Order: sequence, then C-alpha cells, then structure tokens
Amino acid sequence: MASFDFLDEVRRMNKRQLFYQVLNFGMIVSSALMIWKGLMVVTASESPIVVVLSGSMEPAFFRGDLLFLTNHQDDPIRVGEIVVFKIEGRDIPIVHRVLRLHEKENGDVKFLTKGDNNMVDDRGLYAPGQLWLERKDVVGRARGYVPYIGMVTILMNDYPKFKYLVLAGLGIFVLIHRE
Amino acid sequence: MNSVLSRANTIFAFTLSVLAFLTFSCFMTTAFNTNAANITVRTSDHIVKSAFTPYGARADRGFFSLGLKADLEQIFNWNVKQLFLYITAEYESENNKLNQVVIWDKIIPRGAKSNLDLKTIKIKYPFFDDGQTLKGKDNVTLTLSWNVIPNAGLLPRIVGTGNTVISFPNEYTR
Repeated sequence: MASFDFLDEVRRMNKRQLFYQVLNFGMIVSSALMIWKGLMVVTASESPIVVVLSGSMEPAFFRGDLLFLTNHQDDPIRVGEIVVFKIEGRDIPIVHRVLRLHEKENGDVKFLTKGDNNMVDDRGLYAPGQLWLERKDVVGRARGYVPYIGMVTILMNDYPKFKYLVLAGLGIFVLIHRE
Repeated sequence: MNSVLSRANTIFAFTLSVLAFLTFSCFMTTAFNTNAANITVRTSDHIVKSAFTPYGARADRGFFSLGLKADLEQIFNWNVKQLFLYITAEYESENNKLNQVVIWDKIIPRGAKSNLDLKTIKIKYPFFDDGQTLKGKDNVTLTLSWNVIPNAGLLPRIVGTGNTVISFPNEYTR
C-alpha cells in the first residue's frame, strides 16, 4: 500500500510527537485567525481584504484581483471613491464607485453608485424600491490594490473539490512534516 | 532531497518571493507621488429647468456646455495602469450641507492620449439636484478629479488644481 505511506509515518511517531504536530497545526490556524481579526480592528472594516468577483469595474479591477479596505467612521465618503457595499437580500458584496452623494447637516449621507464598466447606475441592483445607499450599507472603501492574488479563492469557490484537496493536502503536510 | 518535486518547490518559492519583492518595490517607488496637475474647466450657457427624475420626483436639473483642458502626462509612470477622470459639481443647498454630483467621467488607459483639450463635452450623467434648490444657486464648484489605478499599490484620489465656480439663473427655462 504505497499510497498510505504517510500513515506509517504517523504510526512511527511517538505520542508526544504527534501531540506536538497537532498543536503546531492549531497554532497556524489560530495565528491566521488572529491576523484577520487584528486587521478588522485596525481597518474598522468587517472584511478588510476582498476579492473582486465580477468584471463590472474593468479595466481597473478584474476578476481575481485583491482589494484592501478601510472603513473608519470619521473618514467621510466622497464621490469618486470605490466602495464595497451590501444589499439586503444579496449575499455577495458589490465593489462600485460613488457617482453622486448628498450629505445632511447632521452627517446623514445618501449616495448612488455605478460600476465603471456598466452603462447605467446601480439602482437596478439595489433592493426593490431602494434609491440610495447609506453609511450602514458600506462594508469598506478600497485603499489598496494587488492584481491576480485572489484567483486562488475564485478557483476554490468554482471547484469545491479543489478546495478540499488543497485543505486536506495542507493538513496532512503539517501533521506529518518533521523538521 | 534532490527529487523533481523538491526542485520544483524551490523554484516556485523563489519565483514567488521575487514577484513579491518586485511588486512591493513598484508600490514603494510610487507611493509618495503627489499625482497633481493643473486643470481648467470651462462652461457657458447655464440654464436650470424644473424637471422630473427617472423615479418620478420633481427636481431641478442644470444644463450647461462644458469644456476641459488638462495635461495629465506627467502623472503616468511604471505603476499607473489607468486614470479614472471625473468632473464633479459640488455645492451647498438648503436640503444638504454637501451635494456632490458627477456629471462626466472618462477612463484614460496607459498609453492613451493624456494631454486633454476637449472643446465640448456632452454631460454624461444628468445634473439633478436633490430637491428644487438649484434655481439661482451661485456657488456650484466644478472640479476635475482623478483616481489613479496602479498595477499594484494605493488608490489615491486627487482633485485637480484650478476649479470653476458657476451660477444658475433665477428663472426656470421652459
């Protein structure tokens, strides 16, 4: 059974070593989680890094590009800014640019968005009857950009089997890898 | 230790670090650019009409003819993929402390002509007020701004130096 060699590897480790590897694995998972949560605190955004999932902002952003967001409440939204917002009844947040904006004396703001690559504004995408977005709809504002990196997540979402393969592979590697 | 797999792994890891280093240098060398430029927005024939928005609300709508002069050539460098230009009408009104309406935009990709001298621009997005406060308004500021889209890095938004303040007549044009 050549394909199950790695099980022999695990069997050859003593209990203490196995325990160490499991802890090591937990350490990696929890540091990743802490980095994500830490970014949430620093950027004040509920999802500080997003992957662009549609072509509606081409040629600026393509599918699979990565955006870094911030969402500080004292930093006002202005026209021309690229915002990431959520619409009631839709799971996936949308990345589009602010086209017009009206701000009241007390700071209440309503604004309309449009994708660079779309012919019309976003009112057709909003919830039925909704004409404007408000501050509470905003998940974050795009501050930084890196191309292509998000392609991995898109592949994983499109092919769930690939995702489990990668996760299983990584898990096994971490568990049986010895320095 | 010298299997095909371990060699492939080494090459892959090295390629990734080189790419990461290059991307970071690309970002660092351009992160502190001001991306500023002088602009001129010209307008004439300001009129205001009492109109309805596509969603049935009565709102003032401004019209004017528009021209633009801006030399943005020096903004382009190795870390600029495109510029997103937009003309904003900004004003204070009875209803709102701040109104910002984009009336025109344009994407200038890398390599395209970036020394702009546009005699007449068609207003791309209708200039509707949020209510009926545009009549007789004399503090509408027109500015040209741009959002620099890099190959990798920050996404600065810059307001061009040199704005134009326009006013609308006291009477509606039918």
